[in-house]
Amino acid sequence: MTGLARNPQLDANGGLRHLLTLEGLPAAVITRILDTAVPFAAIGEREVKKVPLLRGKAVFNLFFENSTRTRTTFEIAAKRLSADVINLNIGASSTSKGETVLDTIDNLTAMDADIFVVRHSESGAPHLIAAHLNATGRSHVHVVNAGDGRHQHPTQGLLDLFTIRHYKKDFRDLSVAIVGDVLHSRVARSLVSGLATLGTPDIRVVAPRTLVPTRVEATGVRVFNEMHKGVAGCDVVVMLRLQNERMKGALLPSTGEYFKEYGLTPEKLVLAKPDAIVMHPGPMNRGVEIDSAVADGERSVILPQVTFGIAVRMAVMSIIAGNPGPRE
Amino acid sequence: MRITIEGGRVVDPVAGREHAADVHVADGRIAAIGAKPAGFAAKRTLDARGLVVAPGLVDLAARLREPGFEHKATLESELEAACAGGVTSLACPPDTDPPLDEPGLVEMLTWRAHARHRVRVHPVGALTRKLEGAEITEMAELAQAGCVAFSQADRPIADTQVLMRAMQYAATFGYRVWLRPQDAWLGRGGVAHDAEVATRLGLAGVPVLAETVALATLIALARVTGVALHVCRLSSAEGVELVRAAKAAGVALTADVALHHVHLCDVDIGWFDPLARFEPPLRGTRDRDALRRGLADGTIDAIASDHAPVDDDAKQLPFAEAEPGATALELLLPLTLKWADEARVPLPRALATITSRAGDILGRANAGRIDVGVPADLCVFDPRAAWRVERAALRSQGRNTPFLGLEVQGRVRATLVDGEIVFEQ
Repeated sequence: MTGLARNPQLDANGGLRHLLTLEGLPAAVITRILDTAVPFAAIGEREVKKVPLLRGKAVFNLFFENSTRTRTTFEIAAKRLSADVINLNIGASSTSKGETVLDTIDNLTAMDADIFVVRHSESGAPHLIAAHLNATGRSHVHVVNAGDGRHQHPTQGLLDLFTIRHYKKDFRDLSVAIVGDVLHSRVARSLVSGLATLGTPDIRVVAPRTLVPTRVEATGVRVFNEMHKGVAGCDVVVMLRLQNERMKGALLPSTGEYFKEYGLTPEKLVLAKPDAIVMHPGPMNRGVEIDSAVADGERSVILPQVTFGIAVRMAVMSIIAGNPGPRE
Repeated sequence: MRITIEGGRVVDPVAGREHAADVHVADGRIAAIGAKPAGFAAKRTLDARGLVVAPGLVDLAARLREPGFEHKATLESELEAACAGGVTSLACPPDTDPPLDEPGLVEMLTWRAHARHRVRVHPVGALTRKLEGAEITEMAELAQAGCVAFSQADRPIADTQVLMRAMQYAATFGYRVWLRPQDAWLGRGGVAHDAEVATRLGLAGVPVLAETVALATLIALARVTGVALHVCRLSSAEGVELVRAAKAAGVALTADVALHHVHLCDVDIGWFDPLARFEPPLRGTRDRDALRRGLADGTIDAIASDHAPVDDDAKQLPFAEAEPGATALELLLPLTLKWADEARVPLPRALATITSRAGDILGRANAGRIDVGVPADLCVFDPRAAWRVERAALRSQGRNTPFLGLEVQGRVRATLVDGEIVFEQ
């Protein structure tokens, strides 16, 4: 009926026009992004870390919600692709000035933006922007979702998939446990979508009932309320960040009790497979969701995730801009 | 003016029948149905061949946005939309700015409405001051000023003692209380039905419990206080079941459903379509089906348009920030006909949900009736005329509705209020 009745991220030929969500993104598209990221990861190890794929393009980092890590990695990725990068931290200030999201977009499009990297506190904001661009004949301007509310964080999901593939090769015989505040987590939603599409047979979410979204089983996961059962025999354990404000309502009583029940300690990690890897999207709360001995331990791949994140974001931006591969 | 509406099919929702007959109007009233009275000379004859002649529609919830929100809509625009939609009586909720909690405001509104158009505007007064749920309003004064009932619009009373006393006080004078079952806490911050769609999209959920917990409280309080309770905007299968059981147990209550909830469910949100943002939220297909069954079997008495003109600036926002509601006055008839057609409900019974039964809830004896002697409030429509819902086709200042692009059947040809033609096309 309206522009938002259909997912606006694919063009008429099934090509990636915007990256808004991993839900419904075909396996071939996901695999292509992951494959494209492989040579980009190697670029990071070179003396000269730049390729000219996005030369002359303007990438606007449009952060309506604060972020350091994601914004920085997008900035590095765009710069390595030789794009011009403009960082805008809009926060809540523009709303109080009365400018709407779409006004902001119209103004920046008039400045010849090619790619908007959008972070917003409301679920669906990047969809709104993409639908607006598509509906107003500006579908050559691309939107990359850098995290919207509780909805999705697709480049984080892709870098998680890249990391898992790097260490575990094949998704089709994996058990992956995602532990923590699934209710509020866009990271979990993206990862679950991607894992399911790539054929992961055993996706688990582990959390107290207050942090499990209603009918989450419908997304293809198994729910565990007890940590020791949830991580038992897993190949991958993904710990989610627990925001401090979750302690204010009636969701959880204290960080201490949370750590005792759901924090990943060496004792709990023993229950997973001996070669299980530990992931975390960052920033970590040591002693809340993860013990330092695990975070800094040999099973942790948390820092490689950050490095891979740059390569994956390079792959995404180069594919949507129509220049998919680095020339050797 | 003496008018004869000639050759139409008269639908009487009270008697539950339809028959071919002429309708003769004189001195603002229906003078005869069928044979022309002796000496009757029509000054104007409306050709109604192929058309239905029904009572004017009665809408239990139409926001006119005055006072306070004139940038969204005005009496002028919305009453014109009402006329074009065949609506001759409408109740407007008290969620204006300021809310309808003082007799002066109510008098001003009814006076302005009366001066402009012929549609009967029936204000619903605020049950508590400023709708804050703390102190009850001067209900007797407000009733004298023209309020037909008392309501909280979309703001629930959290304090159950205040709620009980408000009901007791209203019952003292026999005033009707119209309340939407909505727990003040369970749905707090929620914007979508708490189920798969909201989980997938990462939208904060409003559980069905937010409706049923509040509804159970309302029913228990209505039973004890004896207040005439009207349950507004039922949204869930469980809610329908509670109303059905309460009616069976002899509790004096009535219920309505919003037009949108008869047709849509949470999957219609698609990818965050703000046009599908409603309060209460669109629920699951199972809920929608139960609402339709409830309408068909009479558990739900009426369909309310829940008309809420929303300006584009307030809609073109991320889903949770977008203002809920949609324009609906001009869609009440075609979308009720669509339901009747799909559910195979006979026309007189279907029309009763937007005429006579809604009139009963309004407490206006003649509203929604087509009888000799009653004021000639009539809606003459072509049940087969198809048209596409488009922004340009709407007279309401609010052009936002999830039904944009839909082809519907049922077009109003003439609307009469007090025997005067207020709309014709």
